[in-house]
Amino acid sequence: MRKTRAHQGLLRLRLYVAGNAPNSLRAIANAKAICGEHFASGHELEIVDLLEHPRRALADGVIVTPTLLKLSPPPVERVIGNLSDTNQVLLALATK
Amino acid sequence: MKKPTPPAVTKVPTGIQGFDEITGGGMPRGRTTLVMGGAGCGKTVFALQMLVNGARRSKEAGLFVAFEESSKQIMANAATFGWDLPELIKKKVFFLDARLSPEVVKAGEFDLVGLLTLLGAKAKEIHAKRVVFDGIDVLLGLLDDPIAERRELYRIRDWLLEMGLTGIITQKVGASTSDERYGFMQFMVDCVVVLRHQVLDGAAFRNLRVVKYRGSGFSSDEFPITLTADGLHLVNRSPIELAYEVSDERISSGLPRLDEMMHGGYHRGSNVLISGAPGTAKSTLCGLFAAAACERGERTLYVSFDEGAAQIVRNLRSVGIHLAEHVKSGLLEMYSTRTRGPNVADQFSDLRARVRAHRPRCLVIDPLSVLSAKIAHFAAADAAQQFLDLLKRDGITVVNTSLMEGLSTDETTTTGISTIADTWIHLSYVVQDGERNRALAIVESRGTGHSNMVRELTLTDEGVTLSDAFVAQGKVLMGLARWEWEQGARATEQSALVAAELRRVQLQLAQAEASARLQVVQKEIATRGAELEILELAARKTAAPIIKRARGATRRRTAGAAR
Repeated sequence: MRKTRAHQGLLRLRLYVAGNAPNSLRAIANAKAICGEHFASGHELEIVDLLEHPRRALADGVIVTPTLLKLSPPPVERVIGNLSDTNQVLLALATK
Repeated sequence: MKKPTPPAVTKVPTGIQGFDEITGGGMPRGRTTLVMGGAGCGKTVFALQMLVNGARRSKEAGLFVAFEESSKQIMANAATFGWDLPELIKKKVFFLDARLSPEVVKAGEFDLVGLLTLLGAKAKEIHAKRVVFDGIDVLLGLLDDPIAERRELYRIRDWLLEMGLTGIITQKVGASTSDERYGFMQFMVDCVVVLRHQVLDGAAFRNLRVVKYRGSGFSSDEFPITLTADGLHLVNRSPIELAYEVSDERISSGLPRLDEMMHGGYHRGSNVLISGAPGTAKSTLCGLFAAAACERGERTLYVSFDEGAAQIVRNLRSVGIHLAEHVKSGLLEMYSTRTRGPNVADQFSDLRARVRAHRPRCLVIDPLSVLSAKIAHFAAADAAQQFLDLLKRDGITVVNTSLMEGLSTDETTTTGISTIADTWIHLSYVVQDGERNRALAIVESRGTGHSNMVRELTLTDEGVTLSDAFVAQGKVLMGLARWEWEQGARATEQSALVAAELRRVQLQLAQAEASARLQVVQKEIATRGAELEILELAARKTAAPIIKRARGATRRRTAGAAR
């Protein structure tokens, strides 16, 4: 039970970027900073380069880059942009 | 130093009727075309039609990136145009639903690098040549930064160039958007098409104008466009060379006497206008023509406005014209429609689609004036003219009617229909002595001799007849007047005969009387002569001596008298 709850509490993120496009690089840096600062206890950040995995991006319905998906805990949230607006990111990732 | 000459612009046909003509071949290949317009102007239809036509006719695959509508909505729209998108999607057209869910959180600037990468991969996979970005303003509006927006648009343009793809970007133009932004977009792309929607006197008109075409000549006029059953097309106003083949062949009007009046019938491929007041048997003449065409085995289309097909067939049957069998055999198509709304251009498109579907040799439009009454706007007049030109080009013989009380030239020139007609037959009521009779006159008939006589048209259960013009005392007589006149003339003739007979009898009588009198007189003469003789004989016998004496005395007396 504890494990499950812990698992539920784990923040799983997937960030789609496009190579080293400026917004993508900025998004990676911002994502890492936000996670380190606010979700240090438990998070999983997967960075997917769309240029290398176009099919995955299509399957996830990614249209613009960068796109950050919050996979768990539910509900799934979708954030677009280079994540420079920390407040918006935190609102979307709010784990309440 | 010689400047390198830029490669000549090659063009991609859109397959949109009229557009390829005014741009001299279509959109610039490998470049971006911007299609701008307000809501409901037909931007999406224009773009989709280009893509569908590319896939179907030019065998060029395409990508459609929808930022505003779902693929489902677009496919439903396409279905109304008879474009079988699901079939095309299998091989030739790829749809990307690029709508962002409304729950998406925007946290900073984004770009289209990823999207273009995805599209690039897909384009290579299906060998796409054409791409549409439909409603990209919806996505780019989220950037909330004009400079970032520009950057992304440039990104698309450069990507198209690099990929060698021909692209369309559609762009909504609303009242709130600033001119500056679109000024920039127009500057950026190679070709700009502006669609406009306007309402004049309650009638909706869509127009298309090519504003810019880098490296190519184009017609910058505004052209009316119509949305038809198979898509959007331009009503081309550029002068059309009037060079269709003309025929010397004559075809029957269905009324032998009328054929005679026109030295053999209507010209094949001509346009016959039948005008007249309500009830003057315009439809009957149409019916006769249609029936005659079907009897020759010619496909015929009978278009009627605001009157049902069944009703027309029934009414014509009452004057001995039988169309039902031809409808059954499929030779004759009866198409009844309402004059829907004020947009005439759309109606002509509808008719054109009908003509294309049925492929008639003979066409009846009853009445065309329903449409011509609304031909005040040039777009509608163009549509009418273009439709009739098309029929002419295809050699279709057209009989159309026009509701017209009199032969007022003012009225007819404004409608313009009469000038298009090759043969103009006018039907009217002639009122004489409280009776209305139908009269038929040929007002004009190009390229054929025709009788100038007014004739009387009579409708009976057995059929329609056209009586010889009956001229008496400088007047064309019809109906009862004609009958009366005929009766009167007959009576006069009769009485003259009788009078003559009487006179003959009288004379004979007189003659008989005279000769009888003559006989009596002769008899009297004879009687008197005989009497005289008897008397002389008797006198000689009995009184011969006395007479002798008497004679001598008489002789003396006479001699004395002579002396």
